[in-house]
Amino acid sequence: MNLILVALISLGAIGLVSAIVLFAASKKFAVYVDPRIAEVAAALPQANCGGCGYPGCSGFATACVTACDSTKSIEGKFCPVGGQAVMEKVASILGLQAAPSEPKVAVVRCNGSCENAPRKVKYDGAMSCKVVHATCGGETGCSYGCLGCGDCVAACQFDAIKMNPVTGLPEVDEDKCTSCGACVKACPRKIIELRPKGKNNRRMYVQCVNKDKGAVARKACTVSCIGCGKCVKVCPFEAITLENNLAYINPDKCRLCRKCEPECPQNAIIAMNFPPRKPKAENKPDIIAPVVEA
Amino acid sequence: MKTFRIGGIHPSEYKLSAGKAIEILALPKQAVFPLSQHIGAPAVPCVAKGDVVKVGTKIAEPGGFVSAAIFSSVSGKVSKIDNVVDATGYPKPAIFIDVDGDEWEESIDRSETLVKECKLTPEEIVTKIKEAGIVGMGGASFPTHVKLCPPPGTKAECIIVNAVECEPYLTADHCLMMEKSDQILVGLAIMMKAAKVNRGYIGIENNKPDAIKLLTEKAKEYPDIEIVPLKVKYPQGGEKQLIDAVVHRQVPAPPAIPVNVGAIVQNVATVYAVYEAVQKNKPLFERIVTVTGKSVKKPSNFLARLGTPMSQLIDAAGGLPEDTGKIIGGGPMMGKALTHTDVPIYKGNNGILIIREKEAVRTTPQPCIRCAKCVSVCPMGLEPYLLATCSKLHDWEKVEAEDITSCIECGSCQFTCPSHRPLLDMIRMGKTTVMGIIRTRNAKK
Repeated sequence: MNLILVALISLGAIGLVSAIVLFAASKKFAVYVDPRIAEVAAALPQANCGGCGYPGCSGFATACVTACDSTKSIEGKFCPVGGQAVMEKVASILGLQAAPSEPKVAVVRCNGSCENAPRKVKYDGAMSCKVVHATCGGETGCSYGCLGCGDCVAACQFDAIKMNPVTGLPEVDEDKCTSCGACVKACPRKIIELRPKGKNNRRMYVQCVNKDKGAVARKACTVSCIGCGKCVKVCPFEAITLENNLAYINPDKCRLCRKCEPECPQNAIIAMNFPPRKPKAENKPDIIAPVVEA
Repeated sequence: MKTFRIGGIHPSEYKLSAGKAIEILALPKQAVFPLSQHIGAPAVPCVAKGDVVKVGTKIAEPGGFVSAAIFSSVSGKVSKIDNVVDATGYPKPAIFIDVDGDEWEESIDRSETLVKECKLTPEEIVTKIKEAGIVGMGGASFPTHVKLCPPPGTKAECIIVNAVECEPYLTADHCLMMEKSDQILVGLAIMMKAAKVNRGYIGIENNKPDAIKLLTEKAKEYPDIEIVPLKVKYPQGGEKQLIDAVVHRQVPAPPAIPVNVGAIVQNVATVYAVYEAVQKNKPLFERIVTVTGKSVKKPSNFLARLGTPMSQLIDAAGGLPEDTGKIIGGGPMMGKALTHTDVPIYKGNNGILIIREKEAVRTTPQPCIRCAKCVSVCPMGLEPYLLATCSKLHDWEKVEAEDITSCIECGSCQFTCPSHRPLLDMIRMGKTTVMGIIRTRNAKK
């Protein structure tokens, strides 16, 4: 009995002393963490994709709070996954106003499918775009286009980009794409670009990155940009520039008028999510077949 | 018998064109000269469209210190300066010349007589080598004059001639040694004078006993030159492996270069080109190319003008066999598969190998079984499985710490891997990336 009592008292005493020491230490050596960091982090989508340029969501939260303290703004910081809604939440936590931003989406600027850009050689090395890019020009005659090994697919954390087995090209699922930019970094040929989603998800872009001269580009792929400059001439908003035999539509200037699309002799300009074009007046058949009524 | 200490493999030799005499290839209709046929800055064209050139006319000036001039191998008219799709499938700038007749520059001595004596000073020899556009002809194409001028603080003690030809199939150097042995010895003596060294070695693998015998016999006249027979082992033709085999010294990891241990290594074809440049005033515009393969009708060694399309050499060797699976520029171990056969012959091009379809197919990679065969065969003492995995995971810091830049891309690891893993593919990608990272880091400093 006595023994049990001694044990209880001594253990209790040790416990008490330790508790006091620990309590004192926790007060004395406490590290101050801004409670707003946890709040901001909680508002973030926790995808930890690194699309914002910081190591994970907590890194982004810390950066936002630090920026808020030092410059009173979170300009230039943007969570591509959460988009405008999340940025507004973050701004309200920090007592700031979120800068308006446009949602973006990844677009694949190559249409060199098996049909359009015939395969000239067969590559049988390691299946990685980076390896192919470093060792050879790829299977098609185009040394700028998609290599089709799917580095972008492997890089996507949101299952938003898939290889189309028929065309051999990656396809972006617009609903799933968060525009984190992982695929942009993974592509050794810089084919994928983040472009504004545009009104009603409509956007225009040149689906080619070939910088070869026209004849060479045309030989390699039937839908390549040959740098003819027709689109540049027709564009009323000076949104299209031609550099190194390649046209580029500046999304900030483009007003989606679709004038360039029919001008392109190679059909390299893509109008995404637009309703089908109405047939032009002069293309209408002259003779309308009589309708036979039953 | 000597050989290098670490790693190495023994691939089957298949020297089908061995013992065949050098055949002179007919002139092409059009010769194409890519401006980047060497390591370093691309050459700058010094001719324009419409210019008439002769055989041996300089058509491009070196674009820097580590660069080399390019000479026309044909006489005719410059038709255009445009892009040409090179062996890897990327467009590269090149000079196109339409051939018309075969008129040589008067300064070139076309006689066959052997000129032994060289009265030039070492500096004059180096200038002459530089002016002849000579680069390493074993494959890496490093400008020769740069190698002969060691960086300050280093001193060359010997020149080692690489006559190993450890790549299976290739016999270009072998037939050159058999036919031009005197010239090679004179060439080596000239280079020793240029580099101010008094020791020269010629390393030959003992699968070429005729060449060893012939050169040993002829080298008796030259007390400073020693013929070193070597045990057959791949990649003995690697610069660092050859130094280890011949003089038993190991070159430290990059940025150390062979001259840090006092050795300069030159390919035997380069030595012959130096002889021709210094004694005969003939710049580098032709070379010996082996065209071979198991199903090739007539495996041969051609003396081809640079710029000749490879298809012409293949036709001269009996045409492209029906069961062709892969055409490789260079040997089977280090050569690169061609994307098309109109690629012009370039300075470092020692062979064209045609592989049959059934042998060209790569086996599906299986998981690594941790057998460490790749580690035991790596001649640089690296851990290829680790480099490949870390490169695949883009862990550049790790691969740099593991000395990926030391890799000589010999392919021994991939050759020996029982799981057929594409080790070299991954390592090559990692090495290119790390080299890029190092370059940007150095540029920032």
